[in-house]
Amino acid sequence: MSVGATEIVRPRADEVVRLDAVTRHYLVGDEEVRALDGVSFAILKGGYWAIMGPSGSGKSTMLNILGCLDRPSSGAYWLNGENVAEMDDDELSDHRLRNLGFVFQSFHLIPQLTVCENIEVPLLYLGVPQSERTERAVRLAERVGMSHRLRHLPSELSGGQRQRVAVARALANDPAVLLADEPTGNLDSATSVQIMALFQELYEQGKTVILVTHEPDIASYAKACIVLKDGRVQSVREGGG
Amino acid sequence: MKQIQYLWPFVRLGLTDVWRHKTRSFLTMLGMVFGVGSVIAMLAVGEGASQQALESIKRLGSQNIMVMSVKPTSAEGGSTGAERGSLAVYGLFYEDEFRIQETVPGVLLTVPARMTRRNARVGERQLEMRVVETVPTWFEVVQRPVLAGRVLTRNDMQMRANVCVLTEHGVRHLLATEGMIGQRIRIASGVFEVIGIVKNESGGTVRAPDSEADAYIPLTTGTKLFGEANIRYSAGGMEGEKVELSQLIVKMTGTDAVEPGSRAIEALLTRFHKKKDFKIDVPLMLLHEAERTKRTYNIVLGAIAGISLLVGGIGIMNIMLASVTERTKEIGIRRAIGARRSRIVVQFLINTCVLSIGGGLVGLLVGVAIPLVITAATDMPTVVQPYSLFLAFGISVGIGIVFGLYPAMRAASLDPIEALRHE
Repeated sequence: MSVGATEIVRPRADEVVRLDAVTRHYLVGDEEVRALDGVSFAILKGGYWAIMGPSGSGKSTMLNILGCLDRPSSGAYWLNGENVAEMDDDELSDHRLRNLGFVFQSFHLIPQLTVCENIEVPLLYLGVPQSERTERAVRLAERVGMSHRLRHLPSELSGGQRQRVAVARALANDPAVLLADEPTGNLDSATSVQIMALFQELYEQGKTVILVTHEPDIASYAKACIVLKDGRVQSVREGGG
Repeated sequence: MKQIQYLWPFVRLGLTDVWRHKTRSFLTMLGMVFGVGSVIAMLAVGEGASQQALESIKRLGSQNIMVMSVKPTSAEGGSTGAERGSLAVYGLFYEDEFRIQETVPGVLLTVPARMTRRNARVGERQLEMRVVETVPTWFEVVQRPVLAGRVLTRNDMQMRANVCVLTEHGVRHLLATEGMIGQRIRIASGVFEVIGIVKNESGGTVRAPDSEADAYIPLTTGTKLFGEANIRYSAGGMEGEKVELSQLIVKMTGTDAVEPGSRAIEALLTRFHKKKDFKIDVPLMLLHEAERTKRTYNIVLGAIAGISLLVGGIGIMNIMLASVTERTKEIGIRRAIGARRSRIVVQFLINTCVLSIGGGLVGLLVGVAIPLVITAATDMPTVVQPYSLFLAFGISVGIGIVFGLYPAMRAASLDPIEALRHE
């Protein structure tokens, strides 16, 4: 596989995520930092993967690129059959809206909005009418076990509850990939177990889940694992899923 | 419909945001409140003043041309005889009236008048009165509501009757009441029967020629009793002037005839008067002029109000910039979820508009209330015109969009990754 070559190899239909020689360079002063340096892998539909690596391994950059918040400097990133590397800002936004669900370490709920409204946000941008929006939000809240807190503000919820709401929001657009960034990083171990059980459940329901974490015990929930080091794939462990 | 469905949650978000920062929002809105309030109030005051002016001009009659005698200045006329001991002769003559009637096209009627000051006496009371010596048609041309009795008639004129019509002003001057009708008052050397009382012209920026008159008497009676000369005695001699007519109101057949008529009268009088001892006022032109003045007035007032709106708008922009910084994380979250930049722009624009429109609505109330207070306190007429309300509302929406645009663009241009990391 030649780095930088613009050969177009379309991913197979079951490859929901596929990276071909992805690099990401930053300029810090005069120095070029290679956060990602030729990363290639593919994730099949319905997979449950963890991406691991110590800090400085390019994990955050990986997350930004997988999450369509950033574009690779070179190489191709195919998400659900479309090459993200060639998209402009609006297309990237639309792509996130339709194909991605984010779960963040610090939940990132909008503090002014109630649980129900928070879950509705992606639907709002998708142009779903009000009545259907509420209905779907209620169903999603039920799915994560938060239907009894619909009218509460995030500040009135515990950390675990907030993360459940965040998961519900991430599922609202029925994304091709659920991308979780250290989803248990701000939770105690008991709650962490509950949240990981929720991801397991979603995986069993057929969702593609990608966990980005540095904790081996969290990564062990996943069925496959990619370890990054210095911007390169150090090892890939596949098994289970 | 779909757009409204999409926008409504953002309007609600804007409202809750305003509510959460009550003090801040209130202070921010205050700029808009005063801005919009002053626009409406200023327009109302300006409109009131100009309507009053227009009203008084209209009462002079838009079909009328006023020709007045003026004392020529010595620079213009050389020895005009204003020196002590001599008699100054100037002004309009009876012949001028006939000349105008005969030669100027479109003249409906002419009303001559002579304004003088005469000593009057009622019982023990003695005072100086402003007397208008005129003809009955005066009251047709210059509308004066009759409060009691009747006005001058043709018969009074022919009989050279010693009758007079007092004005409200004159009545007050004489400390008399409506019971005056039928009573006699002495004016200079004549005794006059009071036959009626008419209303004075109420104030205004343009004064009618008789605005301070106390009494009207028939022109013929005046000529018979007093002649045309008006001699005043003062310390060291006497001063006199002879004016046959101090005023001539020419009523034209229509407003179209007014302008050519006034030019014709000017030309005619110039031929027969060596000195410029007359002045022509055309209410219609005064009207046009007043309308022009009004426009200038509105522009000036508008500019002042505009500055206060500008200040209000800048205040809103300032707060919105602070709000963008404060809500950086929210912007990051929305962008990560998949909101396009334009959606963030719309969200912040709505937020700004909620502030500016909220302020605008309160300002609307203030703007309507201020003229009421002004009218109640100072008797100055004010007119709140419906268009000014729409204008003010439109302006507040405009301000919201114009001053919201920069903060909104700034919000939208944030890098989502950076924004998410923001604490």
